[in-house]
Amino acid sequence: MVVKGRIVWVSGPAVKADGMSSAKMYETVEVGDSKLIGEVIRLTGDVAFIQVYESTSGLKPGEDVIGTGQPLSVLLGPGIIGRIYDGIQRPLDEIAEKSGAFIGRGITTSPVDMKKKYKFNPLVKKDDTIFGGSVLGTVEETPLLTHKILVPPNYPESTLTDIAKEGEYDLEHVIGQASSKNGDKIQLKMYHKWPVRKPRPYAERYDPTVPLVTGQRIIDTYFPIAKGGTGAIPGGFGTGKTVTLHQIAKWADSKVVVYIGCGERGNEMTEVLVEFPHLIDPRSQRPLMERTVLVANTSNMPVAAREASIYTGVTMAEYYRDMGYDVVLVADSTSRWAEALREMSGRLEEMPAEEGYPSYLASRLAEFYERAGRIRALGSPDRSGSVTLVGAVSPSGADFTEPVTTHTIRFIKTFWALDTRLAYSRHYPSINWMQSYSGYLEDISKWWKENVSPDWYDLRAESYHILQREDTLKEIVRLLGPEALPDEEKLVLEVARMIKIGILQQNSFDKVDTYCGPAKQLKLVRLMVKFYKEAQKALKEGKSLADIRALPIITTLLRAKFEVTDEEISKLEEIDKQLSDSFKGNIEEVKVSV
Amino acid sequence: MVIDGVTKASFDELVEIETDEGERRLGKVLEIGFGKAVVQVFEGTTGLAITGTKVKFLGKTMTMPVSQELLGRVFDGLGRPNDGLPDPVADKFLDVNGEPMNPQSREYPTSFIQTGVSVIDGMLTLVRGQKLPIFSGSGMSHNILAAQIARQATVVGTNEDFAVVFAAIGVQYSEAQYFKRSLEESGALRRSVLFINLADDPAIERIITPRVALTVAEYLAFDLGMHVLAILTDMTNYAEALREISAAREEVPGRKGYPGYLYTDLANNYERAGRIKGKSGSVTQMPILSMPADDITHPIPDLTGYITEGQVVLGRDLFRKGIYPPVNVMMSLSRLMKDGVGEGKTRSDHMEVGNQLYDAYSRAQEVRALAEIVGKAGLTGVDLKYLDAGDNFETHFLKQSPDENRNLDETLSRAWDILAALPEGELTKIKDKHIQQYYKGNK
Repeated sequence: MVVKGRIVWVSGPAVKADGMSSAKMYETVEVGDSKLIGEVIRLTGDVAFIQVYESTSGLKPGEDVIGTGQPLSVLLGPGIIGRIYDGIQRPLDEIAEKSGAFIGRGITTSPVDMKKKYKFNPLVKKDDTIFGGSVLGTVEETPLLTHKILVPPNYPESTLTDIAKEGEYDLEHVIGQASSKNGDKIQLKMYHKWPVRKPRPYAERYDPTVPLVTGQRIIDTYFPIAKGGTGAIPGGFGTGKTVTLHQIAKWADSKVVVYIGCGERGNEMTEVLVEFPHLIDPRSQRPLMERTVLVANTSNMPVAAREASIYTGVTMAEYYRDMGYDVVLVADSTSRWAEALREMSGRLEEMPAEEGYPSYLASRLAEFYERAGRIRALGSPDRSGSVTLVGAVSPSGADFTEPVTTHTIRFIKTFWALDTRLAYSRHYPSINWMQSYSGYLEDISKWWKENVSPDWYDLRAESYHILQREDTLKEIVRLLGPEALPDEEKLVLEVARMIKIGILQQNSFDKVDTYCGPAKQLKLVRLMVKFYKEAQKALKEGKSLADIRALPIITTLLRAKFEVTDEEISKLEEIDKQLSDSFKGNIEEVKVSV
Repeated sequence: MVIDGVTKASFDELVEIETDEGERRLGKVLEIGFGKAVVQVFEGTTGLAITGTKVKFLGKTMTMPVSQELLGRVFDGLGRPNDGLPDPVADKFLDVNGEPMNPQSREYPTSFIQTGVSVIDGMLTLVRGQKLPIFSGSGMSHNILAAQIARQATVVGTNEDFAVVFAAIGVQYSEAQYFKRSLEESGALRRSVLFINLADDPAIERIITPRVALTVAEYLAFDLGMHVLAILTDMTNYAEALREISAAREEVPGRKGYPGYLYTDLANNYERAGRIKGKSGSVTQMPILSMPADDITHPIPDLTGYITEGQVVLGRDLFRKGIYPPVNVMMSLSRLMKDGVGEGKTRSDHMEVGNQLYDAYSRAQEVRALAEIVGKAGLTGVDLKYLDAGDNFETHFLKQSPDENRNLDETLSRAWDILAALPEGELTKIKDKHIQQYYKGNK
């Protein structure tokens, strides 16, 4: 039965309607004469509290509210990749066609082109047994991505009675029919719908053991994140959250990237749209846009849709995970999402907890981050995929003790703390190496040992130890000046400076430096550690620190990150040799006047 | 104000209120339902009585009449003529709330704007379609800087002038006058539109002032194809007005009593900047706000910084030293600089030089702090060079006169002068080929 109620009260994105006794919680409704899309978030007697995903300007009490009988869902099928959606999966390019450069209201569009024909390759045959989540066949969605057509995960075990032959079909074409054990007939198409607030089921969850390689030195080498892991990146404004997230979205070695711009700047989404089609994936040599999907709900778009955008994004990510792919989801910023919760909570007149946020903020955050993971998917054939979740947090006043940051920390394992002071001195990425941590270090060290070098763990630890010592020594310098330190400790300061400039700092806007492969990362670390050891030895042999500081090899080491590309990594061997030579014999001879 | 017996009104609708003395005021519907409407009265509720006040619902949301004739005119905070001239003939009426720009339709900002101010052009480059606020403190020279930018801003190579939309939000009379005079003297007034809400005008009116101003800016940019520089001062007063309304409505407050939706509300104003594909105009926004007690973590500058594409922060120390413009470059940032400079846009060494200057000045600050403890004698040779470079930076690069218009080549040449004092090996942010070409120090 279709629910039909009447608006009785309007205040911003919150609307109350009566005559809604048969409505369901989280049911999607059409609100008012202009058919704005809304969602029921509370029911009291026959009054429903509705959050509306579009601007409610001009809405009047007395207008109709009509139920759709469906919870807020996304359409999952080929055609999603490369698109940009708003928070409730309406393609922004089609909205632009219908309402021009500014977003109008009450527009309904289909998330994907239902008429577009895809070449379907069946992987099952008649009389096969299929389960919820089974792969029926494949279509090529983009040159980078083979889209697997899945049986909706909630379907029962059935026997295929018909499957389409290889050929071109559109999305509404019935490609398969099956009958379940109790005789129900099931029709299968190349798409299905899934409610966004309900995590998609899987068969089994694995431990994350493979690192997500992002090409960012401080992340991969010092604070790695695993495929299927969770990470948060909190930082005040101007500390480079968005740039870091863009870097992860660009260079992470995953099959699919879901980028959610949640309550952030419009120009940032435009930047992704402009830049990604021209950026080439270093592994496949194809444009990055062919693996990326964007969900954009900028800060000036309706606040309720901002709340939904996170769920819309993560549901699409889970769908590609279920095909057996590694998916990275970056959400910029979860704080804006929390603020949307706060605003709706305020309008519902709920009792607030800290700083006006609702008391269920923590559980909502936990629900979101728990949708990450590396899993074995349902159905046949066997396949495993992962969803890695990375969320930016925008703490007010860069204060990490505010509710969104403190609650987020409880549910994530990798923490990249952005430091305003580093950002002010233009040390980018401004990830503070003393505050950040990664809970995946032990899990993934095996991968590095097997795939890059057996001494990875030790080299990382040695170089990190230098940074730690510098941190303590800095306090002494601050009180007494650098001359109070013995030469050995001054050397620690010098090498720490080199590590900071030569490894930790990375220029996202430099063609070479923007991506640094694991092999090059390790070699750079090895060079720094070797320099430290050689210099220590030279000091013991009576060389002066001033002579060591004047070595021209230092500048070479510091510039190696952008002068040597990943392809010509052998040049680092030459630098290694120069380094050895620099310390051989009399330092005075190789010294050049500065 | 709450009105009873309302059946046909709609949310956000404009309301005309007539007092028992026949005075007319404007308001808008904030909440509607169960026969009641909560109305916000722009000119304040002073003199309104429970009996005898008549209310008319106008059946439309608040609109601003726009046309080319607006140029050169002065309006009040609600968009009504304030210069004694008649109402301009309207080309059309636009909803002051605007609509969100579709990210898909935006054109990414990439054209360099030369402001003639070295520190901005060299290190905090402004780009057409950017929103770059000035964070200031009470008494500092933000108005002089904004006026200088308004006078001097040009897109290099085109000699196109900017149209200026100026919104004074709760500012003192003298500040508004300064701006008006400055535009008048440089002849820029005829390509400007001014909206003036003074400190003693009703606070509620301030909610509308930036909205009418940006509506006009959008019209000039996207309907008439002009490049518009919108200056909004002072956004702190705007946020205060918002807090006042929120408190009056007994809403659950967020930080420091500001409403939880302060971010969204500010964003609805700041996001009305940019360029649109297929249209020649642009809206560049320069909001000015004073940080209460010079505190950058206060909710107003904090949330602004999260929305805008960078910030220009004025520093009390430099201001006391008598340096104009007193820009604290360490805390300032232009997010779009990377896209507006470099090969084919300005000069290929621009970005690297900017970065190296930051680096050098940051080191100089560290050395200064150290010198206070151990004295200059305790510093190494390189440290001393940084100390000099830091001083040089402030006097030779940062400091300039409010009527001095430096072109980009001069700005970059001054930058290289400062870097010349440092050994070549210290220039780790600059590529070899640029060092060969421009470095003036001993090689």
